[in-house]
Amino acid sequence: MWARVMWRGLRAPLGGCQAFTSKAGPQVTPQVTAEMIEHLERLALVDFGSREAVARLEKAIAFADRLRGVNTDGVEPMESVLEDRCLYLRNDSVTEGNCAEELLQNSHRVVEEYFVAPPGNISLGKISYQDPPPSG
Amino acid sequence: MAAPMLRWGCVGRCWALACVDRGSRHRRWAPNGFTLSGRRGQNSMAPQPVITAQKPRKGEHEWAAVVGLEIHVQISSNSKLFSGSHVHFAAPPNSLVSFFDASLPGTLPVLNRRCVEAAVMTGLALNCRINKKSLFDRKHYFYADLPAGYQITQQRLPIAVNGSLTYGVCVGNKRSQVITKTVRIKQIQLEQDSGKSLHDDLRSQTLIDLNRAGVGLLEVVMEPDMTCGKEAATAVRELQLVLQALGTSQANMAEGQLRVDANISVHHPGEPFGIRTEVKNLNSTRFLAKAIDYEIQRQINELENGGEILNETRSFDSRLGCTVPMRDKEGKQDYRFMPEPNLPPLVLYDATSLPAGADSQQVIDIDYIRERLPELPSMTREKLVQQYGMLPEHSFTLLNEVGLLEFFQNVIKETRAEPKLVTSWVLNTFLGYLKQQSLTVSESPVTPSALAELLTLLDGKVISSLAAKQVFEELWKSKGKTAAQIVSEKKLELMQAREVLAQLCQTVMEGHPQVVMDVKTGNPKAINKLIGLVRKATLSRADPTAIKKILEEKLSS
Repeated sequence: MWARVMWRGLRAPLGGCQAFTSKAGPQVTPQVTAEMIEHLERLALVDFGSREAVARLEKAIAFADRLRGVNTDGVEPMESVLEDRCLYLRNDSVTEGNCAEELLQNSHRVVEEYFVAPPGNISLGKISYQDPPPSG
Repeated sequence: MAAPMLRWGCVGRCWALACVDRGSRHRRWAPNGFTLSGRRGQNSMAPQPVITAQKPRKGEHEWAAVVGLEIHVQISSNSKLFSGSHVHFAAPPNSLVSFFDASLPGTLPVLNRRCVEAAVMTGLALNCRINKKSLFDRKHYFYADLPAGYQITQQRLPIAVNGSLTYGVCVGNKRSQVITKTVRIKQIQLEQDSGKSLHDDLRSQTLIDLNRAGVGLLEVVMEPDMTCGKEAATAVRELQLVLQALGTSQANMAEGQLRVDANISVHHPGEPFGIRTEVKNLNSTRFLAKAIDYEIQRQINELENGGEILNETRSFDSRLGCTVPMRDKEGKQDYRFMPEPNLPPLVLYDATSLPAGADSQQVIDIDYIRERLPELPSMTREKLVQQYGMLPEHSFTLLNEVGLLEFFQNVIKETRAEPKLVTSWVLNTFLGYLKQQSLTVSESPVTPSALAELLTLLDGKVISSLAAKQVFEELWKSKGKTAAQIVSEKKLELMQAREVLAQLCQTVMEGHPQVVMDVKTGNPKAINKLIGLVRKATLSRADPTAIKKILEEKLSS
């Protein structure tokens, strides 16, 4: 039962997101405001960049919104798709680690055995880091 | 070149590195709900002492403060919560990292049984209801020391809820009276720790060490039932003792195994709670108390001067002794919680629900764990009071000082002296010397057996208590000598030979005929002067009562 509460809870914090979840159903194209984009960019550290990217986002939302068309009346929400599986428990023994050299090969920059990152979460405007933006 | 300087949080001068612990992000997404809305009524369990501001204007300017705590506790385990990498405090950077901890694609979490058991033990010890079914969720935020971009935690349904912790606060002039208080435990959840960031401001870069990433944490959420820094610090100390007794965490604050965030607000008694602030990164109980008291006073001053309290995160500057607003990170956080898709619900059993023929390695029986819980601090104290007849506050002191109880018990084991004598010597003399020199029990130059021997000598009236103090001081200064050696070297034994003592008495009486006359002519108090003189002649090595007896005999003859 609380799973349903949680579902609501998950949506609630995104206060401004109401634009997404228009009750109107999948036919209506969702409106994504500039503020919403800014908020999402900050959360996801993704640069939507152009009008085209925003249009793509709107399309993605419209696609996902089709889920709302499914009639779930009287269906008890699941907690997880694996909810009837046993959670395997591992013994508390050390079996991994000691592979700093391999791991650090993934890093763009390294100082000694440390990964090097830009200081804190820098604002989007200042990104000069070499990571390619995630393609969507 | 810079190699040695960079290792393990050493702050190299030229690097200007600062290791910043961000307990901050391990926060539940829901606000505690106790101040923002003011919907929660006054808390009936916590009496709310009233703090009066500096210049009270009739009645209305009384303030009450409420303090709630979120405590992150590192579970003491060999391996991490979801991976088989080693958990160790000081290791070369990134040496204790598995592919899962580094969040490489294709890796999956595998839950460590020990961490679940530790959570159940802690929950039981804190009188919690253990949820037979709990769930794992992902909490998202972006930070370089969180490689997955999310932390696995228990947001929807934590492993333990609705507990309580009882602690004793010393009050009174000499802190000699113990008042028992209770703080409610809202929940305990299992979650992953993050890595560590070393900020190099000079070069504008952050160095990331993932050794800590994925270590099992217990987040213990305490309800806002506390009212001042001292109460919060005492509650945390008690939690520390409970965790150490259970062995579920070493709970060493200096090593970051126990980290505290405090939620603080003030209000007028009878009115809804005020807006709260959160003070983070408190890494000792002393600073915890200081930070909370500072923040309470700051909020009162702010409100008295017509200002308002912002719902903000602050950090404590231990050098300046004040709290300062933290640079806000990315405005309002949205953790985008979602169920962890790779972990089914965690199901626990009790004696009645245990499935027949289940693999014992794969089931956790709450009742089995309950029956095997070790003795908790409250019980230890009760036993001390009963067994040795000590005052409750003495039992608190014995437990609160690291290693002191063990020291006390070792002395008791090896000495013939009465427990009361041992208690008094350990708590007054021994602890006094330690405090004076800022030493811990383990650093003490006096061993339990040395003190035990000294107290046996004192108890057997081989030495006077004055001489015992002298011997103790010698023991403290000159390591390796035994009490008996010092006693014989310094000739500190009580004079037992009656003849020698009688001779001395005779000499003193002959030397002071005037005093002898005084006694004989009806001033019995004058005998004290004679006793003093004889004691002086014995270099304080004689028992005054024995001297008195001899003198009386001689004077009346």
